[in-house]
Amino acid sequence: MTTLPETTTRKLGLVIDLDTCVGCHACVVSCKGWNTENYGAPLSDQEPYGADPSGTFLNRVHSYEVQPLATSAMPHPAAQLVHFPKSCLHCEDAPCVTVCPTGASYKRVEDGIVLVNESDCIGCGLCAWACPYGAREMDAAEGVMKKCTLCVDRIYNDNLPEEDRVPACVRTCPAGARHFGDLGDPDSDVSKLVAERGGMDLMPEQGTKPVNQYLPPRPRDTLDEVDVLAPLLDPVAEEPKGFLGWLDRTLERL
Amino acid sequence: MHPAPSVIAFTTLSGAGFGLLFWLGLGLPDVTGWVAFVFFAVGYALAAGGLLASTFHLGHPERAWKAFSQWRSSWLSREGVCSVAALVVMGVYGAALVFLDTRIAPLGWLGAVLALATVVTTSMIYAQMRTVPRWKTPLTPALFIAVSLAGGALLAGRVSAAMALLAVAGLVQVLWWMRGDGALASSGTDMATATGLGGIGHVRAFAPPHTGSNYLLREFVFVVGRKHAAKLRMIALALGYALPLVLLALPFSHAAAALAAISHLVGIAVSRWLFFAEAEHVVGLYYGAR
Repeated sequence: MTTLPETTTRKLGLVIDLDTCVGCHACVVSCKGWNTENYGAPLSDQEPYGADPSGTFLNRVHSYEVQPLATSAMPHPAAQLVHFPKSCLHCEDAPCVTVCPTGASYKRVEDGIVLVNESDCIGCGLCAWACPYGAREMDAAEGVMKKCTLCVDRIYNDNLPEEDRVPACVRTCPAGARHFGDLGDPDSDVSKLVAERGGMDLMPEQGTKPVNQYLPPRPRDTLDEVDVLAPLLDPVAEEPKGFLGWLDRTLERL
Repeated sequence: MHPAPSVIAFTTLSGAGFGLLFWLGLGLPDVTGWVAFVFFAVGYALAAGGLLASTFHLGHPERAWKAFSQWRSSWLSREGVCSVAALVVMGVYGAALVFLDTRIAPLGWLGAVLALATVVTTSMIYAQMRTVPRWKTPLTPALFIAVSLAGGALLAGRVSAAMALLAVAGLVQVLWWMRGDGALASSGTDMATATGLGGIGHVRAFAPPHTGSNYLLREFVFVVGRKHAAKLRMIALALGYALPLVLLALPFSHAAAALAAISHLVGIAVSRWLFFAEAEHVVGLYYGAR
């Protein structure tokens, strides 16, 4: 059924720290690696070694430059580079689910994960039209819609060691910029993190009520000294001594 | 949005076809026998031909029948249900007209309602998309209905109705364009809300996620041909609405009527190309392409 559940028992999702993300794209690679050989159809590439390569990804990292406005106190504020991973936000009011004509797209009652039943998907692409975040991509080889599953085949997988029962992107992030948990439980680690750091929705005006939260970059530090190394660059010995001193004096006399 | 030829052909041809079936269902013109057969054949060729064209853009057309199941929530599913219901009812009604010389009036009315409902459901697929501010307006169904009824009247030979409806449809078309040009700006969605970084300062896309293209860019960030938009709008207005009006105003001849119908369909196809090509999907904001 493509009607959305009234409520979900849990709201599993990601918290992405824009302050910590270094833009290494490791989450992109690990996501593609895990999801191309597990749940559903593989994530195909077209002309991967050709002139115009493209392929299906469930997670992509954008980079934005943010230029603060000049103020009298700060006439030339430095621009900030923000790396911005983006995948399905597992919205509470997911517009991709209700537009699906076949019932292939659905939101799970037990944990709120939005999934595609690929054997029912006709590849009409309407769910991708309805998603403001670009979280869904039609696989060009398989003709079905692919999207982030929150690694549903990892997080409940008893065959994996416990520390691996998180989405592949979270497990691999070397900067610790990605967190996974139940955002419906106010006492969960992720909910506390969101409360503490002022987590935000993307495009709140679209009314999708995304579960995934983004932690904004912290304000940049301001330093009194422009160059902290400058004092250390002063000459250590004004007058040469010892052998070099004798050499210096001798050469001066010539 | 990517202007897929299959979807342009579908909305143009099916719109006119279901418009014609609407008028036939009302008994305007009140035809039977071979004349009815020709009218219904044209209506079915356009309506069903358009529907067939629309299945070409599916990844799995063989599963298209599953799309009848979600009529409670999905406009696309409702469109499938309405279109098949309209074609079945009008088929029975048309067969009675052609082979039995009998007009089962209530069946025709039901068919007319279903034909019009199909056009409404088609338009709502687009009008529901909050992600495409240019489409998200009651003017979208108004435009689709007006164009369909006008095209149907033109094909059904309802000269005075066609003239009035063409004028109305042309007016709605101009209003739709005027509103659409400011729709993204007034939608409240921009790079600041997309990234949530607007509070820090001006946001600029610095590096895309990949050096190549992808499905999202191909499907949603279509920008080719925008520079010709003004010219194409004039062509769409002239061929789709103005020229058919002029031709209908002339003393009636079948050649002029045929030319009017063809001109209308070409003009509407141009208008539908613009409908997709000019539509800005908000996902383009993430790529700095708006």
